[in-house]
Amino acid sequence: MAKRIDVSGLTAFYGSHKAIEDISMTVEPRSVTAFIGPSGCGKSTFLRTLNRMHEVTPGGRVEGKVMLDDESLYGPGVDPVAVRRTIGMVFQRPNPFPTMSIYDNVAAGLRLNGKYRKAQLDEVVEKSLRGANLWNEVKDRLNKPGSGLSGGQQQRLCIARAIAVEPQVLLMDEPCSALDPISTIAIEDLIGELKEQYTIVIVTHNMQQAARVSDRTAFFNLAAIGQPGKLIEIDDTERIFSNPSVQATEDYISGRFG
Amino acid sequence: MSHAVMDQRPQDAVGPRPATLRQARLPRWAPLGIALGSAALAIATGVLADLQSRAQWGLIAALLFVATTFALTTAVEGVRQAKDRLATSLVWVCFLAAVVPLASLVWETVARGAEMFDLYFLTHSMSGLRDLQPGGGVYHSLIGTLQQVGLATLIAAPLGLLTAVYLVEYGKGKLAKAVTFFVDVMTGIPSIVAGLFVLSFWIILLDFGYSGWAGAMALAILMMPIVVRSTEEMLKLVPNELREASLALGVPKWRTILKVVLPTSIGGITTGVMLAVARIAGETAPIMLLVFGASSINNNPFEGPQDSLPYFIWTQFKAGNQYAYDRAWAAALVLIALVMLLNLLARGIARWKAPKAGH
Repeated sequence: MAKRIDVSGLTAFYGSHKAIEDISMTVEPRSVTAFIGPSGCGKSTFLRTLNRMHEVTPGGRVEGKVMLDDESLYGPGVDPVAVRRTIGMVFQRPNPFPTMSIYDNVAAGLRLNGKYRKAQLDEVVEKSLRGANLWNEVKDRLNKPGSGLSGGQQQRLCIARAIAVEPQVLLMDEPCSALDPISTIAIEDLIGELKEQYTIVIVTHNMQQAARVSDRTAFFNLAAIGQPGKLIEIDDTERIFSNPSVQATEDYISGRFG
Repeated sequence: MSHAVMDQRPQDAVGPRPATLRQARLPRWAPLGIALGSAALAIATGVLADLQSRAQWGLIAALLFVATTFALTTAVEGVRQAKDRLATSLVWVCFLAAVVPLASLVWETVARGAEMFDLYFLTHSMSGLRDLQPGGGVYHSLIGTLQQVGLATLIAAPLGLLTAVYLVEYGKGKLAKAVTFFVDVMTGIPSIVAGLFVLSFWIILLDFGYSGWAGAMALAILMMPIVVRSTEEMLKLVPNELREASLALGVPKWRTILKVVLPTSIGGITTGVMLAVARIAGETAPIMLLVFGASSINNNPFEGPQDSLPYFIWTQFKAGNQYAYDRAWAAALVLIALVMLLNLLARGIARWKAPKAGH
């Protein structure tokens, strides 16, 4: 079910402001690709262009090409809703729906899309919560509100919610930045398990995390404040952290700037 | 920045550092004691100087309270604490000044309205009674108010809600700006103008007769901008992250609004609608122009004159005899109770529907 993403010459704008410029890369299926780089370099913006969430922001628009296997995401007649159903997203801050129970949160994707049967729904909810390593902690209180969980549990609930609709790619925008170390490790372990099935892209500010969880790492940077962010290089994680081919990458990783 | 500068700064700002952290404090009962003392002194002054107006007594008490607090605190605790207490005492005085009229209004209405207020009053109309006679009731007006306000809500709440959804979720550019501007203008429409508009359009131009429905249309015009404004604010409070979470699940925008945004804000929206209802329930001018008023029961809001509570109060006051005054006060009590019931209902719904943070 995992698919490859192929980006070529992608430039994204907020109104007249160019946020990222001319990015080309390939994201391999069944692997974890990490995006690192200083704040404001456009990692999150680029991530959001991969499932057309960028255009939800007023003034957001994109030039260039993103291919999911052999389908263009920005081609004519492509429904952004269908794109987002195929490419799921987990956000920086846990955002369970406050009016819904744990069960309803996980079921939300299916239910809000309209088609479900009760038995089928039960099955999907259990499978997704197990997939997110949360089942054992919440199985006795599925009808309690999702907002009553701890931050780490809420984030895993959001992951369960995202994988319940069985996407082919999972985008994660700094999923651990609001979490404590123990919850972070739980999420990282989960990412390791999820990559067996999904293509995963993760934005992180934590370089150790990128080194721990990812197979490939992309380094983004910007020339100056107000300039568009650019992809500096993408390579196997091991190589990026041991012997990068660009000096700026080495400077950033070794903490000489950023 | 050099160390010398750093060292000097706190001393320049707050004077020499005190030798000890402890300092003299007024006892905890001091504010209450000063308040009671000022009140007693003010009453004494009022009685001795034969001041007629109770407002003067209150003013003297307030000034005494603020001044004494400040003076005493300055003497005992120091200037900084005195300023703090000065602000606190001013806040208290303002709070009381705001509560007194409200409390006296409720007290006055309950005290005078209780005279007539009973089940008979609620279940009988003024049919066959002249305003000079005792007895009678408010049933016909209650029915009229409930029907007119209900119809107005049926028109204004969906229209206002959908307008607000448009403004917050879809509207951009000139159209949204224009809608916002005209909603603002509508908020300022005097109720008599709304009444005249419906009068000239519905009754004079289209030649329909007086009816509760005509009044409801005018009330809806008054209610709509309030609903739009309050709903808009509530929808803006819904975190964008929830919308994005839903969109990222591949949920279409309209379902996101229907299933995530509106349920999250339904409590606040209900409260807003109820406040708008409370606001129009007391309108008299459109009723005078469009519903005409009646002394007997008319259960059909689409045909013939009806009555309403504010209009009933006005006609009874105009009659100008003791029985009519009693009826007017009792009707005022009914109106206040009705609005309060609606508010309680709205709060109940808001609490029931609000996002829960249970464990």
